[in-house]
Amino acid sequence: MFSFCTDPSILDDWFWFSCYLTTGVHMSFYMSFLKVLLLLAVTAPVALAFGFGGAMMARARFVPLSWVGKGYIALVRGVPDIAFFLFFVIALDQGIEYLRHKALCSDWDMPIRQGSDFVVCQAAKMPLGNAAQWVHETYGFGLAVFTFAIVFGAFAANVLFGAMRAVPRPQLETAEAYGMSHRQTFWRVLVPQMWVYALPGLSNLWMVLIKATPLLFLLGVEDIVYWARELGGTKTPRFTDYPHPDWRMWYFLALLVFYLLFTRVSEVALDRLMKRLTRGQATTGGEAQRRAGA
Amino acid sequence: MKKILLATAALSLTAGMAMAEAHGKTIRMGTEGAYPPYNFINDAGEVDGFERELGDELCKRAELTCEWVKNDWDSIIPNLVSGNYDNIMAGMSITDERREVVAFTQNYYPPTASAYVAASEGADIEGGVVSGQTATIQAAHVAESGATLIEFATPEETVAAVRNGEADAVFADKDYLVPIVEESGGELMFVGDDVPLGDGIGMALRQSDGELRDTFDAVITEMKEDGSLNEMLKKWFGEDTTTYE
Repeated sequence: MFSFCTDPSILDDWFWFSCYLTTGVHMSFYMSFLKVLLLLAVTAPVALAFGFGGAMMARARFVPLSWVGKGYIALVRGVPDIAFFLFFVIALDQGIEYLRHKALCSDWDMPIRQGSDFVVCQAAKMPLGNAAQWVHETYGFGLAVFTFAIVFGAFAANVLFGAMRAVPRPQLETAEAYGMSHRQTFWRVLVPQMWVYALPGLSNLWMVLIKATPLLFLLGVEDIVYWARELGGTKTPRFTDYPHPDWRMWYFLALLVFYLLFTRVSEVALDRLMKRLTRGQATTGGEAQRRAGA
Repeated sequence: MKKILLATAALSLTAGMAMAEAHGKTIRMGTEGAYPPYNFINDAGEVDGFERELGDELCKRAELTCEWVKNDWDSIIPNLVSGNYDNIMAGMSITDERREVVAFTQNYYPPTASAYVAASEGADIEGGVVSGQTATIQAAHVAESGATLIEFATPEETVAAVRNGEADAVFADKDYLVPIVEESGGELMFVGDDVPLGDGIGMALRQSDGELRDTFDAVITEMKEDGSLNEMLKKWFGEDTTTYE
């Protein structure tokens, strides 16, 4: 990075560290922080959408649809995350390739399953075998977002399902008495009021999601925990210009600080959101706000 | 006679087509990136090591375009058979269990000695606690030896377990342990005898990828014959390392 970094072994501490912390691997480490933040920024709204859809289905009056919603919630919540991540992603990837294979390579005469191998024609590969590495990484990242969204969507669906039922019954009856249709009651009365009941559960989920990112490496996406372990490991002078003993403790300490700061910021933001949502609600919190204002 | 001619022509034609297909595509090479000197991540953040240099040379000789991909050791074989990359060069020993799932080229590293490293001379490697990396031949050997096995996901952690006293000894490829023992300044030492395990280290490919396997196999033979593989072995593993005749 800097001009004085050509021979790190003769530098004193301060310069040594400024060189060490700006090597290519460290840049990848810093990038992985952005990667994790981006993943959270994309996954959270998608998971919430999945959750909302799941909850809506679960309380549908059309019984088979309600079964689908409840089945989704029960199944995904029951399967351990790590099993889900190993099995589901490979299955999803193969499913996509299988469909592309059927569509693009009709003249293929070999079986797709050969023993334990999964073989599709070159044109059906996702992404294509000769695509650049960043395309592969983006694809892996997309799979990760989707899988996270399904897993956390199921939990969110359960939370939202409960929250929808927590809205006081008289509110809905009043809406009906005013002549609102079922749909109008749902969107105008139920949904605006349910968030205050859902938020504690959702904020819990958000905290868990923040810390679930190490599962990313199972999908080939290198997250901060992977890099901390890789960079912190003992480095012998034969393989690096910056040898050092086992520094994993320091790297993980840095991660600890990052996670604590991040959860703290989240807590503050969620608290403010909670205050905003409580306003005018028929809950103890809403009542307290009204008294304080009066 | 005519039939034989025809068959030969058909064979060479399919072989030619297979070659053409192989030329058009990028071969994705899977590795772990955590096992120096076989493979590791260098200061610039790229895959480096013996297998990187060898793999690049093999691809150059076979006129293939290759690209390196990092993958966790635990899921390295599932991701190969499901087609996320096309081969594995990750210090993987050739064993019968693995042969049931993947195909191997001939070895590019002779059958390796594995060794025990401990923090003291008198460490109990037969009845004590020995660390090893998950899903390696060394871990399997420890499990059979009567010692208590503790497994770790990465090689680094298996050595750390000895340093902090969690394990009495670590059992791993000797080549991985040699630089660590040398750099430890007397803190770590080899104990017991070396144990020869496995059939050497080879490149793993999908069993259905016969042509690609033959291509790499041929190039490895070529490099063994002209001595360039031996030079590479000496460069990465020292002058005393086992080489090919």
